[in-house]
Amino acid sequence: MEEVCARFVSQKISKARWRPLPAAALQPPDLFATGSWDNEDNRVSVWSVGDVGSAGLNGEYQGEPQLLCDIRHNGDVMDMQFLDQERIVVASSTGSVTIFRHHQNNQTLSASHRWENAHYHADQYTACGGAACTGVICNNPEIVTVGEDGRINLFRADQKDAVRTIDNADSSTLHAVTFLRTTEILTVNSIGQLKIWDFRQQRNEPAQIFSLTGDRVPLHCVDRHPSQQHIVATGGQDGMLSIWDIRQGTMPVSLLNAHEAEMWEVHFHPSNPDHLFTCSEDGSLWHWDTSTDVSEKPSFLHQGGRSTAYISHSTINQSVVSAWLSNDPTKDRMEITNLIPNQTLSVNTLDVLGPCLVYGTDAEAIYVNRQLFA
Amino acid sequence: PVPSLLPGEKRPTLTSPQPPSSRPPCLLLVQVSKNYRSVIRACMEDMHQAAISTRDSALQSQYSIQVSILSAMELIWNLCEILFVEAAPAGPLLLRLLDWVQLHICDVDNMVREVLSSENPSKHKLFWNVVDIFVLQGRMDEARHLLSKEAIANPTSMNMYKILDDLMKKMPVPSLGNTQTLTEMELKWQHWHEECQRYLQDGTFASNSHMESICKILLGDENAILEKKELMTTWYHFLVTRLLYSHPTVKPMELRFYAQSSMDMFLGEESSPEPLDTILMAAFEFELHQVIKECSVALSNWWFVAHLTDLLDHCKLLQSHNLYFGSNMREFLLLEYASGLFSHPSLWQLGVDYFDHCPEYGRVYLELHIERIPLNTEQKALKVLRICEQRQMHEQVRSICKIMAMKALRNNRLGSALSWSIRAKDAAFATLISDRFLKDYCERGCFSDLDLIDNLGPSMLLSDRLTFLGKYREFHRLYGEKRFSEAARLLLMLMTAHIAPCSFWMTLLTDALPLLEQKEVIFSAEQTYELMRCLEDLTAGKLNRQKFQDDDVETMKVEMLRLALARNLARVIVKEGTLEGS
Repeated sequence: MEEVCARFVSQKISKARWRPLPAAALQPPDLFATGSWDNEDNRVSVWSVGDVGSAGLNGEYQGEPQLLCDIRHNGDVMDMQFLDQERIVVASSTGSVTIFRHHQNNQTLSASHRWENAHYHADQYTACGGAACTGVICNNPEIVTVGEDGRINLFRADQKDAVRTIDNADSSTLHAVTFLRTTEILTVNSIGQLKIWDFRQQRNEPAQIFSLTGDRVPLHCVDRHPSQQHIVATGGQDGMLSIWDIRQGTMPVSLLNAHEAEMWEVHFHPSNPDHLFTCSEDGSLWHWDTSTDVSEKPSFLHQGGRSTAYISHSTINQSVVSAWLSNDPTKDRMEITNLIPNQTLSVNTLDVLGPCLVYGTDAEAIYVNRQLFA
Repeated sequence: PVPSLLPGEKRPTLTSPQPPSSRPPCLLLVQVSKNYRSVIRACMEDMHQAAISTRDSALQSQYSIQVSILSAMELIWNLCEILFVEAAPAGPLLLRLLDWVQLHICDVDNMVREVLSSENPSKHKLFWNVVDIFVLQGRMDEARHLLSKEAIANPTSMNMYKILDDLMKKMPVPSLGNTQTLTEMELKWQHWHEECQRYLQDGTFASNSHMESICKILLGDENAILEKKELMTTWYHFLVTRLLYSHPTVKPMELRFYAQSSMDMFLGEESSPEPLDTILMAAFEFELHQVIKECSVALSNWWFVAHLTDLLDHCKLLQSHNLYFGSNMREFLLLEYASGLFSHPSLWQLGVDYFDHCPEYGRVYLELHIERIPLNTEQKALKVLRICEQRQMHEQVRSICKIMAMKALRNNRLGSALSWSIRAKDAAFATLISDRFLKDYCERGCFSDLDLIDNLGPSMLLSDRLTFLGKYREFHRLYGEKRFSEAARLLLMLMTAHIAPCSFWMTLLTDALPLLEQKEVIFSAEQTYELMRCLEDLTAGKLNRQKFQDDDVETMKVEMLRLALARNLARVIVKEGTLEGS
């Protein structure tokens, strides 16, 4: 039974992100940041979780997240990403993108840089109105943002102006962005298209466009497989999880009927990519597990001493090809578990790192599970 | 900027504990009531922390006021729980009331701590105060424990102490279980009372005034109890003490008599009852509606009244007398509370849940409120839409999608506008958007947002205009790929199947020109006849309307078309008449 710690905060959580671990770190992550939405006074907060198994003064399990510091944020927090160990990039519903710096020594947050009008609607009749910035992704020092104005911005952390802006990249709202390679990004929009953009090209056109079959359901989230870069997962407004192979075709490889409402975030586990996590407006958080156990293959494969070595070699090969791309997920073993026993309001966000999972809900609560694979 | 912890933290346990129809057992409701109280206490704790940690004195006084309001709320709720939810019968009733009093007079603990921690407790100036308060609250064991210290320090009063200690030990109390009936208890108590009386009259305690007053209290002497007014601080404490020592088997319905007289005796002539006193009095009198009414008036927060009424309603205690605007009190209060939630920027989601639990008017209220939530981002709009769709509120879905689509259109986000109209299945709006696209095309000669039009997919069928747009773009693509015969077929189909709007026919025919002028013959004879017919329909219609307006460009176009069509016809007749390779 996993240990999940809940913490009720009096604000609706829109984003939660673990602080990334330094490259050679062995211990699990111990710090995460959250952003709130829908309040008059929204906040970006940093929390710490204690070590697993450490006893408190009374010998109780002390896993509850403790607030280290927070800072006021103008507008809803639409997306958030750690740029490095100390800096967090936050996208706002006012159209601005802010870099906050977390000062470890005195546990405070301060805004270190802001791009005020990263996203805006140019209205010919009135002054420029802000458009919500819906997605942000970082690859230190580059930051890419997308917004409701269909614009893509490429910023560098130390430069005041955008390095590159693609105006009207999309005629609909861009909901999410992620890096495909160092110079290429993937975006999803509200007419069900997945686009690849290559920053090395000068023209403002996507390098490739993929769309869903059937109804053009808006796509809300996207994530790329950590090691096999041609595998991409997206989540749609109808709760459907789509797996794409971007080397071939323009349509998804598999469509998995998942949630009953919008899927807000999808994440491959960074170090165990056979595991995928999705969270949704219907209040559920699903753990998709395609890791197959070699020893459980049917016995007729083990035909004799001589060929055993060969067979085990081929099964290793098979797992490299990735269960995600197999056409019949019902035939191969995929375990799907809902990690939330009693669903209430929407789970807006989740993040996984190592053995730890954090997720935040509209029920004004943050949950941390530090023994995900126990 | 008082932290509004109150509404937010209530989330897990609020709204109806059970749906209106089922009959939950009493125990469950008591548990629910306890949950509510613990939430109030948690709020109180947080507010208290905020009060002591802030440096701003104005803020501090504000927080302190909040804390006292919250503690009053808990007091009232606790009493209601004892009297109404649990409906404690005679016997346990007194024990519950004793607990209630002990819980809410907290100055005692400080005093007790001070005395106990001193070196010589019995010499402490507050010693007898503490003993008295223990006796007043029926905490016999603790009183005896303290008295024993006095006895050790003062051996001369050992005899008196022993007798008093004995009396206190033997005092009969109502039991919680069924080990004795009320009659048994009353007999025992009567017996004990007489024994105390005897000792007092014998003058056993005459030398020690403290012990004597304790004995008088044990006998239920009102004057003796009233002497300890400052210790009790409130009239309801006085009431409970009185009951403990004069009528421990009091029945719930008898409380009202004692309550009124207690309040009069305690407050005397000088002070008049405060709102809290009136509320508690109404509770003792079992006037539920009065309680609710007084609470509504006294407390500015609807939370308390709405939830308390809901709980009492589940105990089937509120007669459903219809208020003259048609719903019962519980629903009225819940509706008021939920409407209040909607005016808060982020609590509207909770309000939805409340409205769901109001069977009569909930849906109507929800329909009206949900359309008025300010939608500043698309994500919020999506959440609101999801709520509407789950409840089959189609009108609201359409209206919200239309608002978002109009916003998108004004910001020139045609793709967004289209995706909103697809969500609402709004054909009219889709037509509007397509017209906008077509207008752009006519003005600029090329399509904007090709990524959208090329990838419409099945949503193309939402409106005829949209279908036309998609097909027209397909025509352009076919032409660009030099698949002329397919393009020609498509073009003709657009006109003959009346997919194209009449206003666009001229443009389509003009698009046909380059196909007609190709070296190779593309249009068959049939098709050419069709084209000619279309042209004639078009010009005939135009002539009727524009008799005196002579547009040179237009007439030239028509002439060119006629010429091209004729030439094509000639060529195709020849071509079709020629025998295929002999």
